[in-house]
Amino acid sequence: MLSQDILVVGGGLAGLAAALACDPQLKVAVISKVHPLRSHSVAAQGGINAALGNNPEGRDDTWEGHAFDTIKGSDYLADQDVAELMCEKAIPAIYELEYFGVPFSRFPGGVIAQRPFGGAGIPRTCYAADRTGLVILHTLYEQSLRRQVKFYNEWLVTKLVVKDGKCLGVVVFDLQKGEIMPVKARAVIFATGGYGRVYLRTTNAYINHGSGIGIAYRAGVPLKDMEFVQFHPTSLYPSNILITEGARGEGGYLVNNKGRRFMEDYASSAMELAPRDIVARAIQTEIDRRNGFENQYVHLDLRHLGEKKIKKRLPGIREISINFSGLDPIDTPLPIQPAQHYSMGGIDVDIHCASRMEGFYAAGECACVSTHGANRLGGNSLLETVVFGKIAGEEAAHWVKGSSGSKDEEKHLLDAALEVKKKIEERQKREAGEKVHRLLNRLKLIMSEQVGLFRNNKDLGQALEKIAELREDYQRVSISGKCLRFSQELVNIIEFESMLDLAGVITLGALNRTETRGSHYRLDFKERNDKDWLKHTLVALKDGKPQISYKEVHITKYEPKARQY
Amino acid sequence: MNYTFRTLRFDPLKDESPYFQDFLYETEETKTTLEALMDIRNEQDCTLAFRYSCREAICGSCGMVINGRFELACRTMIDSLKSSVVVIEPLPNLEIQKDLVVDMEPFFETVRKIRPYIFPEGEVLEKGCRIEEKEMERIFQYINCILCGCCYSACPVASRDERYLGPAALAKLYRFVRDPRDMRHFSEWSKVNTEGGVWGCDTVFKCNEVCPKDVRPADGIEALRRKLVLEKIKRLFRFKR
Repeated sequence: MLSQDILVVGGGLAGLAAALACDPQLKVAVISKVHPLRSHSVAAQGGINAALGNNPEGRDDTWEGHAFDTIKGSDYLADQDVAELMCEKAIPAIYELEYFGVPFSRFPGGVIAQRPFGGAGIPRTCYAADRTGLVILHTLYEQSLRRQVKFYNEWLVTKLVVKDGKCLGVVVFDLQKGEIMPVKARAVIFATGGYGRVYLRTTNAYINHGSGIGIAYRAGVPLKDMEFVQFHPTSLYPSNILITEGARGEGGYLVNNKGRRFMEDYASSAMELAPRDIVARAIQTEIDRRNGFENQYVHLDLRHLGEKKIKKRLPGIREISINFSGLDPIDTPLPIQPAQHYSMGGIDVDIHCASRMEGFYAAGECACVSTHGANRLGGNSLLETVVFGKIAGEEAAHWVKGSSGSKDEEKHLLDAALEVKKKIEERQKREAGEKVHRLLNRLKLIMSEQVGLFRNNKDLGQALEKIAELREDYQRVSISGKCLRFSQELVNIIEFESMLDLAGVITLGALNRTETRGSHYRLDFKERNDKDWLKHTLVALKDGKPQISYKEVHITKYEPKARQY
Repeated sequence: MNYTFRTLRFDPLKDESPYFQDFLYETEETKTTLEALMDIRNEQDCTLAFRYSCREAICGSCGMVINGRFELACRTMIDSLKSSVVVIEPLPNLEIQKDLVVDMEPFFETVRKIRPYIFPEGEVLEKGCRIEEKEMERIFQYINCILCGCCYSACPVASRDERYLGPAALAKLYRFVRDPRDMRHFSEWSKVNTEGGVWGCDTVFKCNEVCPKDVRPADGIEALRRKLVLEKIKRLFRFKR
């Protein structure tokens, strides 16, 4: 049986950062369902935040200022010690990335360039044109090659194997071989990313099913703050490909069908650079009031930035606009609409990225260390991956050195793999049954229509019932064909079970939280309610049912106040 | 519109040789080739295998040959093909694992061979290092590479000579050699001063033609050649003096 000291699941930024931080004396491997360079981190565009103070308009920036913006942006649901840690570590993290070879854009004088981003009082987003994710992912991958990190690509983790509250390893589906098998590990770090594809409109890659989060939940680890789902204000219509916040950071305008910069009505001071939750709702409100175009989108106008700036600072989104909409932002405003983008919630972990399960860690979008609270600021997700990925790697390595193996591990792992195998064989035996992609489409519709930007009690209640119906139908899903090699159908079937769990937890959390905070907007409870709801939602699976509980928010020195932008 | 997707199928464990299978596909919307393939897989044959991820031409998963052209399926609109028959083939010169999925390992092996990471000077500086943007400008073209493998697959030299590192790896090496932060010694990067390296390229520029990201890898190969020659002359001169 394949056995590792530390198993990192996911080859995106958080996974690679974790693998690089593990003690090289330990046996470390990264498992990824795609080649690491195909991970969704590659699509990040606008940048990564750190209070370097390089922008002439932000010379006196401090990490404390960054922490304050992060906490305010989170609508005060972030754990303040966590946000402080991330923002303080941001500065050395950027210089380490630079040292690793990231080709950041530069200001005259040779320092790393920084642009304004939403919800930040000071321009502090470091970038490499608008391909920041691409260059950081490739750089960390290069570093993993240098360090000879072991990769197992095109392996999908289907299950966490647990005994007496201790993580023993995982069960994987090897796509190339079409086989199910167990992998033993003394510690497992999940860096499996988000679940954008639970929604109809999302900026996320096709592969973002979020199954890692669901697997942790199935294994008994609570999920935290899952009702907080970020909708990015500017996705290109109709493909919903991301158009970076950097486009507004560089000076782009949002314009309705009356030719008006409507953000004046929603955030008169920050305008287009208000936090994402506010801008996304503003855009949708304009569309709903028939101030949009074709009842689908508003315009993102970059024409006044001029050809030179667009080509230099935003070449990637220009390429995307031309390829996918046939429009050149130099000459034409871009049609944009909000789309699901990011999950603030995730696997409940502490400031050390450790979960409640011994030997199980999580980092990146799949995790909820609680640095984004109810709304994440642009430029903080790349930062989170490198800072907390590293912490997860260091902490897991530390834990492994002090831990001992348990008895009968291998038998447990083999049994778990056999169980997964049996389930698949049962589905293969069925002559006819439900097709998983149809169920997935139904789920996306429910989530988009009833658990989207604007929520209310009735819709959320109905959504929960419909998700339960889908769960019934899922039992009848069949697999066509005997050969499982490169079976995307099987991948989808395995991951869909997790998606059902996630959808349920998101909806349940949203139904219970009778207030509006950050991205969670309740039409029937439009105010933030700190008295009753300044707390994290935890949902754990107990006896096959979701059980909800709450946990207090860590406050250090930033008293919760109303957000004004 | 009605299309016929003539798709190459092959399961090396089962089939003696690859064959084409026609799928009829009808759509009123503007769809990408990747979307069409996913629809076909979902509705007609769940076993059809192909790779994909980002659907925005940045992850490099879905390189294939579409009506004879090397392309990323995700950014190729089917109406732009101006043909009702769409012929889909996997990237050539790489072993087919199943249908449109090929073994990319030989390609990534070439990338690993050039030691594709920065050779830094000293330790991380507390305040970072200072580089003017114009010093970096020469490498911008090359950092757009997404390692999709289209150039390697299309390269006539790589297809006949397995020693040849190929366009992507060599262009990547140039990206590092030109990086002002990279301290690799001449003896390290001049290892490509061979037929398996920069002199293998027979300058037909197929790589430049097929690259979906406009990296123009052959520019990098030619620049490496020039730099090699120049370094040699410099060294000779220094030696004589």
